[in-house]
Amino acid sequence: MNFDFTEEQTMIKDSVSRFVRDEYDFDTRTKIVGSEEGISREFWSMFAELGWLSVPFAEEYGGFGGTVEDIAAVMEELGKGIVVEPYASTVVVFGGLMAASNNDALKAAVIPSIIDGSCMGSLASTEAQSRYEMSDVATTATACDGGYKINGEKTVVANGGTANKFIVTARTSGEQFDRDGVSLFLVDADASGVEVKSYKMMDGQSAATVTLTDVVVAESQLLSAAGQGMDLIDQVMPQILMGLSAEALGIMATLNTTTVEYTKVRQQFDTPISSFQVLQHRMVDTFMACEQTKSMLYRGLCQAGEDDRAELLKTVHALKATVARYGRLVGEEAIQIHGGIGMTDELNIGHYVKRLMMINVTFGDGDYHQKKFNQLAYSA
Amino acid sequence: MDINFSAEDLAFRDEVRDFFVSEYDSTLASQLSGGQGTDYKGAIVAWQNKLHVKGWLAPGWPTEYGGTDWTATQKFIYETERGLAGIPDVVPFGLKMVAPVIYTFGNEEQKAKFLPRILESKDWWCQGYSEPGAGSDLAALNTTADYAGDNYIVNGRKIWTTFAQYADWIFCLVRTSKGMRKQQGISFLLIDMKTPGITVKPIVTIDGKHSLNEVLFEDVAVPTENLIGEQDKGWTYAKALLAHERTGMAEVADSTRLLESLKQRASVEVNGGKAMIEDPIFQLRLSDIEMELMALEYTELRVFASMAAGGMPGPESSLLKIKGTEIAQAIHELQLQLASYYGGALPDDLNAEQLGHDFAFEARGRYMYGRAATIYGGSNEVQRNVIAKAVLGL
Repeated sequence: MNFDFTEEQTMIKDSVSRFVRDEYDFDTRTKIVGSEEGISREFWSMFAELGWLSVPFAEEYGGFGGTVEDIAAVMEELGKGIVVEPYASTVVVFGGLMAASNNDALKAAVIPSIIDGSCMGSLASTEAQSRYEMSDVATTATACDGGYKINGEKTVVANGGTANKFIVTARTSGEQFDRDGVSLFLVDADASGVEVKSYKMMDGQSAATVTLTDVVVAESQLLSAAGQGMDLIDQVMPQILMGLSAEALGIMATLNTTTVEYTKVRQQFDTPISSFQVLQHRMVDTFMACEQTKSMLYRGLCQAGEDDRAELLKTVHALKATVARYGRLVGEEAIQIHGGIGMTDELNIGHYVKRLMMINVTFGDGDYHQKKFNQLAYSA
Repeated sequence: MDINFSAEDLAFRDEVRDFFVSEYDSTLASQLSGGQGTDYKGAIVAWQNKLHVKGWLAPGWPTEYGGTDWTATQKFIYETERGLAGIPDVVPFGLKMVAPVIYTFGNEEQKAKFLPRILESKDWWCQGYSEPGAGSDLAALNTTADYAGDNYIVNGRKIWTTFAQYADWIFCLVRTSKGMRKQQGISFLLIDMKTPGITVKPIVTIDGKHSLNEVLFEDVAVPTENLIGEQDKGWTYAKALLAHERTGMAEVADSTRLLESLKQRASVEVNGGKAMIEDPIFQLRLSDIEMELMALEYTELRVFASMAAGGMPGPESSLLKIKGTEIAQAIHELQLQLASYYGGALPDDLNAEQLGHDFAFEARGRYMYGRAATIYGGSNEVQRNVIAKAVLGL
């Protein structure tokens, strides 16, 4: 039994960590967020050169052949720098679905372009009414000459403004809430009938409303069999949630360290505020919150390699709920203990907290996942 | 990362399970579950003797004194299986508290005199640390031991002494010198409970039971040969022991078993004809606890893995006592909530069967006595002080 990362995993983790430390300080990030596109293409090319974009892909496509552990290792370090380049949406979510697809021709066409940095992608699944239920799909794909014709509107598509490809969930059969009948289509952002309206989010990243009007896609653009799209999403979702949770863990650890250090230098009543027991105990609680979150993540990473799918699902729901609860505790305590300065836009603390808040709502908030956990754990 | 045990370790786990199934019989189980009129002392000694015959009574001891040659993994497996089987721990005062001090800091005569009798459960030990004026601030103790030729003359009061009513011996921290830092001038003394001048006064706790006591010392003559190590150095020895005490306080396996039984019970207890486990708010309370326990299980595994690899436990180990006791108390709370009115009934006039909700007595007792877990072994507030200083550098 061990909880160590392999040598290879440690190497890639260290490489991300060095990048964040040496090249991605808070000023640099602030400039990137304020730029026209809101991301750095230069850094994205660097990620490609360093091999980070190849992590979840099989070697036959030029990938690293990594597992969810590798993804978590990278995401945790990216979290420490609240890196805004769309690694999660392109590599972990879009890339994860592509990697799991059984459409070999499509994979051969797309995956190498993710790896070399030329393709940014995003999952367009959420709709105005759907909240966190991925199978609540009103967007339709009706059979037509040459394939399918897609109509509908997708909301808060992560980094939709920079993505050049989308995986769109659209209904090929069944009713609005049916799990069956949802299909996954690869759609080019510049295809005829696709309109993308991008806007900024509070975490420095962007999202978009993607409107699809009579968008014609070939049947060969289906990631998996028509109507079976939810199977593919369910298959990849644990990995996605663990990746996002690893990012959250990196953020929480950074918030804790920063807060502890701040209390050692901040003087009030002629003494560092770190000497106050009431603050010490609160910082011990946030330390424990972070360790417990890490343990829950490791539980998921270990179970991902085992056969017991039901146990993994329980753990992943519990993980996302834990990230929500403890992420909020750590974030709010960081602001409180920093005091007035913690309220300023100039300090990095608030920006870490805002990314945690966005991770919380991505693919289901804490309450959503706790309810799912309860259904799995306590239903007869 | 790899969570799997080796084939040898799995074989060992089976051996432990088989032993527990065959040797921990229903008579022992009912005596040790603490029902009315049970003989706790007789039952736990009987169980300890079975373990001693098997050679498994003192896994933590060095083999030369009668310990096992188990690896860290095997010790972990043993403790986990014990907790899952619902078997109480051995009485810790002799085996886990004073024995490590004796074999680490005691002289050869003391080792030869005390260790075999501890292994054979011939001597029952109790712990004389806390005093009315020295709780979390243990070093403030002022039970005195004045050097008088062949003897120390001991005067003072010890309190919260668990099972002093059964004890043959007590290990005490006593003040032998004054006028220095309060941590200095403390000595570690072994005292025969039959010595004239010792009075044991029972303290009934809020669960209605008698396990705690006050122990009074009035001009008690203790032979100087019962001093451990050097005079005035007792604090150092005691600190080593406290560190020993804090490991293994997470009690993940015990909490796992309790939570499982709580869930089973919640599927039987109904409200408006519907099982409580189907109540959304009850489910929420359950999963708040269960998720925390799932994380703690891996925190404990992380600590264990780093120790098995020969390293020191990392900062994550310090939270085991805090989280472990808080989770246990949360389970107790929900158990008692589930027991509703029946949790208030006292067992004086009716038995569990007559009451109709046979877990209710136990739920009340566990809840009430369970409040102690965040107080003893260094209160959870003191534990937070320790983490603040040692881990966060505050």
